[in-house]
Amino acid sequence: MTHWIIAPIILPALLAPFIVLAARYHIGIQRVFSLAGVLALIVIAAGLAWQVSDGTVLLYQLSDWAAPFGIVLVGDRLSTLMVLLTVILALFVLLYAIGSGWDERGRHFHALFQFQLMGITGAFLTGDLFNLFVFFEVLLIASYGLMIHAGGNARLRAGVQYVLFNLIGSTLFLFALGSIYAETGTLNMADLARRVTLIGPEETVGIRVAAVLLLLVFAIKAAVVPLHFWLPSSYAEAPAPVAALFAIMTKVGAYAIIRVYTMIFPPDLEVTSGLHDFWLLPAALVSLAIGMVGVLAAKRLDRLVAFSIIGSMGMVMVSIALFTPAGIAAALYYIVHSTLAGAALFLISDLVRTGRANLDLTPQPPVMGTALTAGLFFAGAIAMAGLPPLSGFLGKLLVLDAAFGTDLVVWVWAVVLISSLISILGFARAGSLLFWKAHSIEMPAEPTEAVRPTALSYVAVGGLISLLTAHTVFAGQVHGYTTIMAAQLFAPDTYVSTVVDTPGKLSEPKEGY
Amino acid sequence: MELIVASAIGILTAGGIYLMLRLRTFPVILGLSLLTYAVNVFLFASGRLTIGAPPVLRDDMTVYTDPLPQALVLTAIVISFGMTAVVVMIGLGAFLGSDDDHVDDQPEDEDEQTEGQS
Repeated sequence: MTHWIIAPIILPALLAPFIVLAARYHIGIQRVFSLAGVLALIVIAAGLAWQVSDGTVLLYQLSDWAAPFGIVLVGDRLSTLMVLLTVILALFVLLYAIGSGWDERGRHFHALFQFQLMGITGAFLTGDLFNLFVFFEVLLIASYGLMIHAGGNARLRAGVQYVLFNLIGSTLFLFALGSIYAETGTLNMADLARRVTLIGPEETVGIRVAAVLLLLVFAIKAAVVPLHFWLPSSYAEAPAPVAALFAIMTKVGAYAIIRVYTMIFPPDLEVTSGLHDFWLLPAALVSLAIGMVGVLAAKRLDRLVAFSIIGSMGMVMVSIALFTPAGIAAALYYIVHSTLAGAALFLISDLVRTGRANLDLTPQPPVMGTALTAGLFFAGAIAMAGLPPLSGFLGKLLVLDAAFGTDLVVWVWAVVLISSLISILGFARAGSLLFWKAHSIEMPAEPTEAVRPTALSYVAVGGLISLLTAHTVFAGQVHGYTTIMAAQLFAPDTYVSTVVDTPGKLSEPKEGY
Repeated sequence: MELIVASAIGILTAGGIYLMLRLRTFPVILGLSLLTYAVNVFLFASGRLTIGAPPVLRDDMTVYTDPLPQALVLTAIVISFGMTAVVVMIGLGAFLGSDDDHVDDQPEDEDEQTEGQS
């Protein structure tokens, strides 16, 4: 049993209190430790991803208690890929926060950042539904602090909405867990996968309610329409690096849906049939449409990016809701793309803010360093809107291809293509208002103090854009890997038997016992 | 007893949802507290209701109550208690800062008016 799999949870969990207790007043030391921690996490996550890339399932039994009784951490291809994506995103977000000085505008940025990483990686690695709830809470508690980092009335008000909505979501999660436990007597995902199939067809009322409740909870996290109302305000008002890190949080919801609804309630299970194609797919299509219309309708750049996140989550959910191996593979490819592109756009919107009075989409006098920012915005917008040559285009093609041959192919193709057109219009309008129209405005008589973003900020954003480029160039390899991953998800027997049948302390009958 | 527990959960949930729809910070937080009480009792009941039975192994005992929901409830209580404290603090900060305890977004022109007055 390897201990490395718990390191992505333990390392930030130790680093965060250390930063609070020992380096409270030394921003330099905090930065060094935070960066070193994230770099170490990248190495560990890459090692884990490499270790499971041959199809093995890593199992970690805490205190050596066997699965249904003890808590387990499980690493397979999907969870290690998500952990790797999280920590790589965290590196660039952290570089930007340091470069732009966001981390100095309030206390405890780095400690909360580490707790947030602990929650996210824990949610990806856990093999237990109640532990998933606990890690959701860990990441939410840290995100409440990060969300209102640096204060301000608008931010606090958005923070209240964000916290309340998520508390309601957590309460729903507990109701779902209670009904699952009452029906099956276990909360371990692998054990559940076995027990749910044993429920007779006449006794499925409780488990069906639980499955729908659980889907609702994850849909809140993934901001699927009509449960998306918390996202635009809170992402737009959150500090830019925090909003960029939040780009992975919606994916936690998507991950949970993929995990639970391929393993515990697979599409061919009679109990929950109709849940995906009848409910989830239309909701996903509507969120794709609403997100992209929101991009066109937004009056501020940060709102525009927030709506583009909703739209791209809609695209991910469309692909997931197909619940075919091709659909899941496309969704996973698109998840990586949309996380990187969304984070890059949030950081770029902060670059635009530097030197401008506000982020309103109105022509304002040109500011220092616009050319580079405009170039980065161009690249980010192309990626998010799904134009060639960047990975958004390839991801969209994969989704369209996966939808081909299903019953709803006309709807999927129509919504995806029309909403792409609308989002292209929205991004083009925003870009021309922000950057081109600026030159038609008279320069103010008294030139304001020239502020330009630091080089490190550009390095962080450029890093994300170059990762997107790499995601495009190596699309074949990445999609090949996500295809294997989807195949593993649709054959969960290895996962289930690894988790449930591995003996632990007190579980194996000794000889002659 | 099942009826009493079930109706208690139902009444708490109904009251909580009603208060949460009031869209002012204080009633919403109260409604959220009621909802968390409801969910705590619900979780507790998810291991079946057993009266006067120990949760851990004892001699001469044949009936046990399920100990796992009690552990789950304990976790849920701690988390919801802490979260309520956090949301009270953030809500108080937002109220003191903007002199407005609405949870939902107000129309923007109204906001400007109040800002102009204050």
